Amino acid sequence: MKKQLFALLFAMLPVAAMGAPAAGVPFSMEPDLQDKASLQNGMKLYVNYCMGCHSLEHQRFSRAAEDLEIPQELVEENLIFSSDLAFNDQMHIAMGSDDGANWFGAAPPDLSLVSRLRGNDWVYSYLLTFYKDPDTVTGVNNAVFDLVAMPNVLEPLQGVQEKVCAETDRPVEGTEPDTLSGKYQSCETLQVTQPGQMEPEEFEEAVYDLTNFLAYVGEPSKLQAQALAPKVLIFIFIFGVIAYLLKREYWRDIH
Amino acid sequence: MANPNKAKAERGVMRWIDDRFPATSMWQDHMAKYYAPRNFNFWYFFGSLALLVLVNQILTGVWLTMSYNPSAEEAFASVEYIMRDVEYGWLIRYMHSTGATAFFAVVYLHMFRGLLYGSYKAPRELIWIFGMMIYLALMAEAFMGYLLPWGQMSYWGAQVIISLFSAIPVIGPDLTQWIRGDFLISGITLNRFFALHVVALPIVILALVVLHIIALHEVGSNNPDGIDIKAKKDETGKPLDGIPFHPYYTVKDLVGVAVFLFVFCVVIFYFPEGGGYFIEKPNFEPANPMVTPDHIAPVWYFTPFYAILRAINFSLFGLDAKFLGVLFMGGAIAVLFVLPWLDRSPVRSMRYKGWMSKVMLTLFAISFVILGVLGVLPTTGGRTLLAQVCTAIYFAFFLLMPFYTRLEKTKPVPERVTG
Repeated sequence: MKKQLFALLFAMLPVAAMGAPAAGVPFSMEPDLQDKASLQNGMKLYVNYCMGCHSLEHQRFSRAAEDLEIPQELVEENLIFSSDLAFNDQMHIAMGSDDGANWFGAAPPDLSLVSRLRGNDWVYSYLLTFYKDPDTVTGVNNAVFDLVAMPNVLEPLQGVQEKVCAETDRPVEGTEPDTLSGKYQSCETLQVTQPGQMEPEEFEEAVYDLTNFLAYVGEPSKLQAQALAPKVLIFIFIFGVIAYLLKREYWRDIH
Repeated sequence: MANPNKAKAERGVMRWIDDRFPATSMWQDHMAKYYAPRNFNFWYFFGSLALLVLVNQILTGVWLTMSYNPSAEEAFASVEYIMRDVEYGWLIRYMHSTGATAFFAVVYLHMFRGLLYGSYKAPRELIWIFGMMIYLALMAEAFMGYLLPWGQMSYWGAQVIISLFSAIPVIGPDLTQWIRGDFLISGITLNRFFALHVVALPIVILALVVLHIIALHEVGSNNPDGIDIKAKKDETGKPLDGIPFHPYYTVKDLVGVAVFLFVFCVVIFYFPEGGGYFIEKPNFEPANPMVTPDHIAPVWYFTPFYAILRAINFSLFGLDAKFLGVLFMGGAIAVLFVLPWLDRSPVRSMRYKGWMSKVMLTLFAISFVILGVLGVLPTTGGRTLLAQVCTAIYFAFFLLMPFYTRLEKTKPVPERVTG
């Protein structure tokens, strides 16, 4: 229910979203770098919806193709739109940062490390919590990044989300829960009022995939680390056992 | 002047070398016939581990230098290049960044061992002082190394620390400019910090480590009982409670190495950011002189001293709060140097000292940890008060030591080590 409504409470959120800890955002997600289908879908969404403005200066197409198990031809045909970019290139964009600053008021940042800078929970929450706000230039605002310059580019998928008065499971500061249902009343609850191409659950999955992909981009070496770690740790463990037995043998005559 | 008593190999290649270089005698003096007390406990692992981490830092540092670019324009991107495009670059970098944390962890435990068993007391004052110089050089090394990734926290952390020098009366502002080499932290600062981090300070640290060990091997190792094992020798002149460092402590330290490496690798592979305490989140954004991060905190190993700096929020004797804070922070480190002369106890080890020493050391350790925690948190009135109390305890531990170590009743020290 909570997820369907995208319920959240603004009272819990810091006004400045800069460097907000995971504790200050409404939703959390656990990346799964082994879920290649999710990562592939995330990359597809990124290239189609984000890469018009946001580069991934440190991420090569080829590395993503290898790690995400996407054949080179598929990447070249479906994910590289610019004739200036080759398979081995980093995911640059054509838009200059000055243009971005002029058009949006702030240059869209490179997102190579956004998952590590702000955290996966933040990225996930940010993408889920755009809502209609006629007082802003773009017509939307964001629950975790107040007055963000970015329009809700995922709106065709998500639909229009608005703040409504509704019941929520999340505690609301300064109010008591309903004694029967245990729910709180809040007029800060987000709800999709005009449906998009996706059902709310479907959209949430898409945002998960996108966030998962950005988590991968933040630290592609995590895949290698996960593969290498057990081998190294088992080696050290065996080394430790042998060292201990050796020590015991040498020290037999000391105590 | 060849010493005729020096140990030499009987024949062969080693004899040829020994006639020209004291290889065999050095091996015996420092390893095979260096007699260490047989009762070393858990606390005695951290000296050899510090050496291991030093080697790790030097080797991984050399490899990082091969791909790192120390310019304001390229530094940040070159670190990401290491993380992504250099074969095993991520591993080398995490070994280095985690190594910095590990270095301070083992050095703090190593220093605490010294406090616990009076390892700084005569005749080991110089070992302690060389050790303190290593610690000081290590802090400079870590501080300069932290600027190199050229992230937001690198930049602003350096900004905060360098600006401390501006609190010094008269010469302060010129001094900070001289340190930075510019009117603000810039590529020039980055270049000189790189030179100091990869060339000058490692040489200083290595030289000090050699001095530390030579001084140690001259007087011999202390032990948990704090007694002199050379006082009781057998007919051949070997200390009765001594055992050759090699093989006994080399094999024992290997076990410590394995345990350490296991923990170290768990961090490297699974938690390289250390929850934001080893690599801080703002450092995933390139340095931006125009935007100050909301909250600037030093890396965990500096936070106790940072908390002391911030605890001093009052003026005194005509000195303003900032300068006074710098003096207290400097004093907190400087007072460690004179520790050997503050301790007037007739015994070395905490095992035989009186209750006052035990209480003071416990309070000191707790205060140090609390200061460390406070140093990463934003200040509030209550926290500042707590930091002031802990700062007072920190200094009381040292400055009252000449009194409580003389006043208290000590326990009789055994003749032989107690196992």
